[in-house]
Amino acid sequence: MSEGRTSRETDAQPLLRVEDLAMRFPVRRKGLFARRTGWVHAVNGVSIDVKPGEVLGLVGESGCGKTTLGRTIVRSLKPSEGHLYYHQTNGETTDLATLSSAQLRPLQRQIRVIFQDPFSSLNPRMTIRQIVGDPLKASGLASGSELEERVAAMLRRVGLSPGHMSRYPHAFSGGERQRVNIARALIMEPRLVIADEAVSALDVSVRAQVLNLLRDLQDEFDLTYLFISHDMSVVENICDRVAVMYLGKIVEVADTASLYADPQHPYTEALLSAVPKPDPRLRNAGRRIRLSDDFPDPANPPSGCFFHTRCRYSDQDSCVHQRPDLRRVEEGHLAACHYSEKLDLAPAVEPEPEPDSHFRTVSS
Amino acid sequence: MTEQPRNVSAHPVSASETEPNLGTESLASTEASGVDPQIYSASQSALVWRAFKKHKLAMVGAVITILFYLTALFAEFLAPFKTDQFNEQYPYAPPQAIHFIDTSSGGVDLGLYVHGYVAEMDPKSLAMQYEVDESVKIPVQLFNRSTEPYRMWGLFEGNLHLIGPVDDSQPMYLLGSDRNGRDLLSRIIYGTRVSMTIGLVGVLVAFVLGLTLGGISGYVGGKVDTVIQRLVEFFMSIPTLPLWLGLAAAVPPDWGPLRRYFAIVSILAMLGWTELARVTRGRFMSFREEEFVTSAVLDGNRAPRVIFKHLLPLFTSHLIASLTLSVPGMILAETALSFLGLGLQPPVVSWGVLLQESQNIRSVATAPWLMLPGVAVVIAVLSLNFVGDGLRDAADPYKQ
Amino acid sequence: MTVEQGSAEPGVLLEIKDLKTHFFLHEGVVRAVDGVRLSVLEGKTLCVVGESGCGKSIMARSILRLIEKPGRIVEGELLWSRKKDSGAAGEPSTERSGQVVPRQDTVDLASLEAGSEELRSVRGAEIAMVFQEPMASLSPMYTVGNQISEAIRLHLPLSKEEAWQRGLELLEHVGIPRAARTMESYPFQLSGGMCQRVMIAIALSCRPRLLIADEPTTALDVTTQARIIDLLRDLQAETGMAMMFITHDLGVVAEAADEVVVMYLGTVVEQASVDDLFHDPQHPYTKALLRSIPKMGSGGRQTLATIRGQVPHPQNRPSGCPFHPRCDFAIPGLCDTVEPPLVQLGPRRVSRCVLHDPALLESHGVTQSPVKETA
Repeated sequence: MSEGRTSRETDAQPLLRVEDLAMRFPVRRKGLFARRTGWVHAVNGVSIDVKPGEVLGLVGESGCGKTTLGRTIVRSLKPSEGHLYYHQTNGETTDLATLSSAQLRPLQRQIRVIFQDPFSSLNPRMTIRQIVGDPLKASGLASGSELEERVAAMLRRVGLSPGHMSRYPHAFSGGERQRVNIARALIMEPRLVIADEAVSALDVSVRAQVLNLLRDLQDEFDLTYLFISHDMSVVENICDRVAVMYLGKIVEVADTASLYADPQHPYTEALLSAVPKPDPRLRNAGRRIRLSDDFPDPANPPSGCFFHTRCRYSDQDSCVHQRPDLRRVEEGHLAACHYSEKLDLAPAVEPEPEPDSHFRTVSS
Repeated sequence: MTEQPRNVSAHPVSASETEPNLGTESLASTEASGVDPQIYSASQSALVWRAFKKHKLAMVGAVITILFYLTALFAEFLAPFKTDQFNEQYPYAPPQAIHFIDTSSGGVDLGLYVHGYVAEMDPKSLAMQYEVDESVKIPVQLFNRSTEPYRMWGLFEGNLHLIGPVDDSQPMYLLGSDRNGRDLLSRIIYGTRVSMTIGLVGVLVAFVLGLTLGGISGYVGGKVDTVIQRLVEFFMSIPTLPLWLGLAAAVPPDWGPLRRYFAIVSILAMLGWTELARVTRGRFMSFREEEFVTSAVLDGNRAPRVIFKHLLPLFTSHLIASLTLSVPGMILAETALSFLGLGLQPPVVSWGVLLQESQNIRSVATAPWLMLPGVAVVIAVLSLNFVGDGLRDAADPYKQ
Repeated sequence: MTVEQGSAEPGVLLEIKDLKTHFFLHEGVVRAVDGVRLSVLEGKTLCVVGESGCGKSIMARSILRLIEKPGRIVEGELLWSRKKDSGAAGEPSTERSGQVVPRQDTVDLASLEAGSEELRSVRGAEIAMVFQEPMASLSPMYTVGNQISEAIRLHLPLSKEEAWQRGLELLEHVGIPRAARTMESYPFQLSGGMCQRVMIAIALSCRPRLLIADEPTTALDVTTQARIIDLLRDLQAETGMAMMFITHDLGVVAEAADEVVVMYLGTVVEQASVDDLFHDPQHPYTKALLRSIPKMGSGGRQTLATIRGQVPHPQNRPSGCPFHPRCDFAIPGLCDTVEPPLVQLGPRRVSRCVLHDPALLESHGVTQSPVKETA
């Protein structure tokens, strides 16, 4: 299990290839017969590869479809269209989108989710032992004393005391509950872990602990993460590559460093500019890009490029009529914009101003 | 409650010496801060019990309810007489007070006793009138042995009674007697058995029906939900009293008491399940969206296991409170039916049957003690309501 | 600890002295706010930052006396400096415990009767508040226009039409497009960002001198958050009102604050100007907090410094300094027994730590040199 970073170096085949995935939900008009008046495409034609051993970040604001994409990948939802090509340990590739629940079950052990809300993701009437051990029991993989040993080992590994496994969730703080969530996800020894806003509900100081833990566990268990978050600074800290979503589509994919230093899509630029940076000197530095508040109706997206209604660079021509493809702008850097090459977009942080000795501190 | 002093060094040591230094955080700080560890291991039931204990009225209700059920259980022992023991000499005899200290003969005699009766015929109505005759002393003792044995629960023979007259051919009517000279106290005690349990059985049947249909409806949703809900609404829209009366009247009169008992129970249950079905459905529908349910499904649990192992336990406090609050309704329903002559019939003894026999103005005027079974109903129903309220408050997660 | 009032220096608008708000529960007493001292200057923004359990929200609510049973303010003063020419509902004086007291320039909000005329004249009109969940703060039963008009008419003698017109202007002012349509809408028809703008408009309707914003952007998307913060700053520049901005997000603090107060377990542990706080933090908690947040542009995949342990259960406060079990600089025998003093490190700069008090350190036989103070 702890073979170090072997899978990260393999560039062979993606662990998961998402191809043209779409997930739509009916919009029903209220009434006695609740007729469907349209569709919301929560995921609207998404294609992306998840490479083995990497941490792939998925960012966007509410309504962009990142959570729905995560749920679709684990088949909590059945995709309306598209393919989920999963590369199994035996070398075969299977399309998760077409499998039945019975066929899915053995594979679902290998793709696990860490949920967001530490307070609603643990059943308040089950002990920690039951919560963490349930996946093993449900799949018939272990029971009795063997189960208890495995739960204890897992708890230890995430930094909780095995002596507390008879306790109930209400006895633990948010950070500890999140560790329980992690333990539950990893007890099945998965290959792909989807962290759905796993640290968003935690206090700042606890967040750091859990992020460090996730990083350590990745090295030890040779995991691949799909890290869904709306917090750009957290994503920069933990992810190797980042994909930005808007209204159900991916608008940019790049290595973390490239995305933050040289974004190629105006939405990414706006997102990075909007994130408040914890340094007062940056307050008035750099370009401040502010998007208008009028977020389009997901059931009725704009024509052409989805972002053109709020984009400061949009022309009235191709942006309005032609939907841009997610295309290669540079090596390893994809963007869905007609003008990526021509635009000079602001990075996340402008180059540091000269250090001012007045502000330097002597104490550690 | 000071913590152990810390070493200010580069490698902080965790406060709990029993845990290995994991380099990551442990629950050490909570241990050291002295919060009662019992709270952490306390299951929901334990927490609910703690909250319940603080509710004085509920505790009183609980004690009384338990006493009622113990009475029902040990009726043969507690009742001075069997229900069918009658004495034509003393119809409508008034209640006798029980005395302990006898100073009538100059000295002080200790011992339980009651006074006898002297009967007089009222010249105008030709009815027998009884008055307590202080000259006659009928000794009474605790743990009396009667001449006629009983069969405890139909199994064991015995003749030990909690209290009774030493010479059991003599009258001891602590709560008076009815028109056949049968002891009302004994009959009320035996009546407890039927009245308190018919509620339980009825509620359990309603429980199973309501939970199953409501649970399926809520968890599965869709067309199944629609069909079941229409069924629930149909049952709820039937006017209850006419339905009861109709069904009860339809029960063939030649059915034995036991069959009749179960028929009545079924009737009561048939209308009681709808409320629970509704509530269960609502709860299940909201739980279905919780992340821990999604997680349980993703863990590989099949639907039945999700419903029974993951969802139902969330529900038990509410269920118990709800059950406890339904029992009084069942008791009142049975009492009402029997009172109207449509429920249980003599020789089966329940409070409703007893009340039926007091159903005329003459009884009320001349023998008001025959209404005492009504008092028993009131006390039982009130106590159960207090318990149910207490449970519901204790189980409510939103209460301050 | 008040600032000297010079003609160029902003005055102190609100001064909180030793505020204690406790909650009396079955299980014991929770000392949510346990001795807070801070002050808000006219026209400036004070950010109150802390993690869960630090008491910042309770403190804010205490100012406006929004604390209900089982909590109450047990001690402390909330000194609010009233407008000199204002008259509350025509009363030239107030009655307190039977004595007629002449109108003062400073009123102690903590001592006012709950529900009193004077308190209600301050609430909404002089001190306004914006809460975290904009959708939940507006009633779903009434249109936006109704709610704004009501707020206006509670404090200003305007007719319905005048109040409506005023509301319309306010909505435009806070950047709501199609304001007239919004006035007619119900809150559930608006997005989170729009609702929060409406809340801000309502809060501003009576030109308050202090706006308390309790995590106003936490529930919003980051792009919306940026716009709301900009809006608040613009409005502040325009109206000269002061702001108390409560948040847990240090990025927001850096963007919005003039001064910062850091709270931990119900007390203030550090107060400083925003520049000083970020670039020269003095309290160990502040330092640890700043080290544990990922900073954009610092390059990815770095192990973050953490604060060991976790915030203690509110009913089990550590003895001595509340932070000592988690502190890298804790001195055994001192930090776990002695409550650290609030040391003044400069004008409007304090830190609650024994490391700043050389006399105290000496008396306990510690020769460690204290952390450097700023001039």
